Amino acid sequence: MSPLLEVQNLSIGFGAEPPVVSSVNFTVNAGGTLAIVGESGSGKTLTCRSILRILPAAAQMRSGMINFGVNASKQELLALSANDIRDVRGSKISMIFQEPMRSLSPLHRIGNQVSEVLTLHRNMSLVEAKKDVLAMFERVGFADVDRAYRSYPFEMSGGMRQRAMIAMAMVAKPDLLIADEPTTALDVTTQAQVLGLMKDLQFDTGMALILVTHDLGVVANMADNVVVMNKGRIMESGPAAIVLGSPAHGYTKRLFAAAPMIPEIAQPADPILQDDPILKLSNVSKTYVLRAGGWRKTIKVHACKDVTLSVQRGKTLAVVGESGSGKTTCARIALGAEQPDAGSKIIFQEDKSGVPVSVNEMSRAEKIAFQRQAQMVFQDPYSSLSPRMRVEQALMEPMEIHEIGTKASRWDKAAEMLHWVGLKPDMLKRYPHAFSGGQRQRLSIARALTLDPVLLVCDEPTSALDVSVQEQILNLLEDIRDGMGLSYLFISHDLAVVARIADEVAVMRQGVVVEQAPPETLFYNPRHPYTKALIAAQPEPDVNRPIDLDKVAIGAGSSASWPEKYRYEGANAPDLIQIEPGHKVRCNV
Amino acid sequence: MMFLRYAGYRFLTMLLTLAVVSVLIFIIINLPPGDYLSNQIAELQATGQAEGVAKAEFLRREYALDRPLWEQYLIWVGALPGPQGFSGLLQGDFGWSFEFDAPVADIVGDALWLTVLVNLAAVLFVYMVALPLGVLAAARSATWVDYSTAFIGYLGLATPNFLLALILFYYGHKHLGLPIGGLMSPEFEGEPMSFDKVKSILVHLIIPTFVIGTSGAAGMMQRLRANMLDELSKPYVETATAKGLSPTRLLTKYPLRMAFNPFVADIGNLLPAMVSGSVLVSVVLGLQTIGPALLTALKSQDQFLAAFVLMFVALLTLIGTMISDLLLVLLDPRIRYGAREG
Repeated sequence: MSPLLEVQNLSIGFGAEPPVVSSVNFTVNAGGTLAIVGESGSGKTLTCRSILRILPAAAQMRSGMINFGVNASKQELLALSANDIRDVRGSKISMIFQEPMRSLSPLHRIGNQVSEVLTLHRNMSLVEAKKDVLAMFERVGFADVDRAYRSYPFEMSGGMRQRAMIAMAMVAKPDLLIADEPTTALDVTTQAQVLGLMKDLQFDTGMALILVTHDLGVVANMADNVVVMNKGRIMESGPAAIVLGSPAHGYTKRLFAAAPMIPEIAQPADPILQDDPILKLSNVSKTYVLRAGGWRKTIKVHACKDVTLSVQRGKTLAVVGESGSGKTTCARIALGAEQPDAGSKIIFQEDKSGVPVSVNEMSRAEKIAFQRQAQMVFQDPYSSLSPRMRVEQALMEPMEIHEIGTKASRWDKAAEMLHWVGLKPDMLKRYPHAFSGGQRQRLSIARALTLDPVLLVCDEPTSALDVSVQEQILNLLEDIRDGMGLSYLFISHDLAVVARIADEVAVMRQGVVVEQAPPETLFYNPRHPYTKALIAAQPEPDVNRPIDLDKVAIGAGSSASWPEKYRYEGANAPDLIQIEPGHKVRCNV
Repeated sequence: MMFLRYAGYRFLTMLLTLAVVSVLIFIIINLPPGDYLSNQIAELQATGQAEGVAKAEFLRREYALDRPLWEQYLIWVGALPGPQGFSGLLQGDFGWSFEFDAPVADIVGDALWLTVLVNLAAVLFVYMVALPLGVLAAARSATWVDYSTAFIGYLGLATPNFLLALILFYYGHKHLGLPIGGLMSPEFEGEPMSFDKVKSILVHLIIPTFVIGTSGAAGMMQRLRANMLDELSKPYVETATAKGLSPTRLLTKYPLRMAFNPFVADIGNLLPAMVSGSVLVSVVLGLQTIGPALLTALKSQDQFLAAFVLMFVALLTLIGTMISDLLLVLLDPRIRYGAREG
């Protein structure tokens, strides 16, 4: 059988630089799925965009051929005129992008944007197109298709927008769909459902799929064939079962080693001792009042409700949940950056014999002292460092604010911290733009450490990083914790990341903690349907362990659709109940 | 329905703002010591014309200039009975111009509508020039199209209006036979509207429109270009390309629609800048707008005339901002639904 798409000897470069994609060859069969795997800078995105010829203006196609079609309808895409390639785009080959939040025009209704494909390529009137679009909306899982048709993108959640994107890409029944990191910006349960949807649609229509991703777990769930790219070259390619089953190339092996996985647990862990808390949150709630419509109507949103957690000295407490679960609000309240509702209690105790202070009712002096003890590492290392400050300024500023030491001693401290995070002191003179993402996150960690804190709040410190870099940062965080005797409050959306670093995990959903236990216990014996869904939705890089979509569906729905024992409506969550030592679940008794 | 409610609300706030503005205007005009009449009395006394003094004193009482400032204000607005009972802005009585010795309404009369006409023409000119050029400059950024529009734009921004006016008058008259000065041929002044009069006004409008509008158009073109360039790099443009839209249709449907918001929001800023900027131009070009009247009134402390003209300009501005706010609500669903972007 001749392939549907054949990419031969493709090279792309910018200006006079050496090519960023060089001599790439691959084929995609009709109805088949090819995954292009690689980290940022691997050239995977440029490669897939070159098929539709939507590269940035500065990129040059240095060499190559892209043949598309079978037998008589075969076309060389790179040789087509600008007019002819437009007839291919959206009609025979369509594309889905990474950020559903920004990939749809905010000012046009979803229906308008989706039916445009049909009016453009299939010569349909708007009325005819609407029928097809509504049918497609139903297929991608919109509950109320007419409403979806009328909606603007900002009225939808990320998952819904990505469904709309998929509908847009599929409505003209293309022969090939290119999906560029289609689920990277989504929560893990939503990712599972969107992947499942794409697979179903592919089965229905027999279209081929190119899936660009950095996640080997996604590959294992979706692909027939895999191409592994690094620095613009193909490292390894072949059938998914073989490449994932026994990776031959060193780079593929390294990717595997770095991929975080939820471990198979033989027996639950012992409960961790709760006798020496450094930070204790009791019944912490936070309600936001929003103005909605009109200017008198207000609605109350419970960002978090009755959260009771404690971070033990020298240990890591992880709070896991999807976007909107209230995990970041908890972190901000724990740091005193936000005032909780009345009745909430946050107690910080510097050392075991120290005087407990209440974080939410501190005097100014106490607050300054507390800020020295508790520091934060932020999610996005690209925006959390000022581009106009040299590294030395960024690292010395906290000490200047707290008036610690002399200029020379501050500089020494900054150099020492750089050493701790694995960078060299001669980098102090540089600006942040001279560093890679992973190095910048090391810098943020170094900055947080300059005040010798005892508590570090890490808000998704690795979610903006590549997997291999994520692995290094996690190692670094563990080393520092043990070396300096720190305690962590670790916020994450990723159970697999948390699996290796946490001593205790609290799973949050819609502002409440639904289950809490040491990670081993949690993975050995997950009780709550939402925890089960999170675990099931985690894509494993093993073709023999596909995502169990049914489990995901049960737990990822609203709290009113959970099994009887866990079900509740609105804000009437049942209590968190200890079902075995160190293992708490929110359920009706 | 929601739109009507918002429009009503917006109209109310406009009235409120107008009230505040009127207070400010009245205070500022009265800041310099004395008033038109007390200046005149001083002058008459110095030259020993006693009977003129009596008349001026009479006028001072007649127009309540001898009362405290706050009472003067309320009488001017029409919220307090003056010597002739209630007769102020609210009652449609705009006051007396001492300088011209006539009611303000008679002096401004036609000039009001000509001012509106000139500025409306200039706004239309600004939008008609800035829209295509700005879009073109963005779509062909870093090519000769971009550079030459930018060059012309900066030229327009940098050339003083009065100089531009003189140059255009000279060459416009020499090569195209365009009239010099005024807003209509002298024979139509004071005549009722007729087809010929309209024609004369339109021909006379060409150069003033151009002069008043150039700098606004140049600035707006650059802003539109910058907005468009921002929008062009957004992912939704890529989505539209991948859909197979042709470049022209893509440009007009998606990024232009987004870049339109600041463009519309500018109406509110454009109007006051042009009205106040056109005062000088009107003097130079001899346009019968309220510009020259305002200048004289301010110089001679002819307070009711000055206050009325300033109020009128403020009203134009407020109407401009209201229109742009209402248009924005119609144009942008995110504003319409009061949504915050995630």
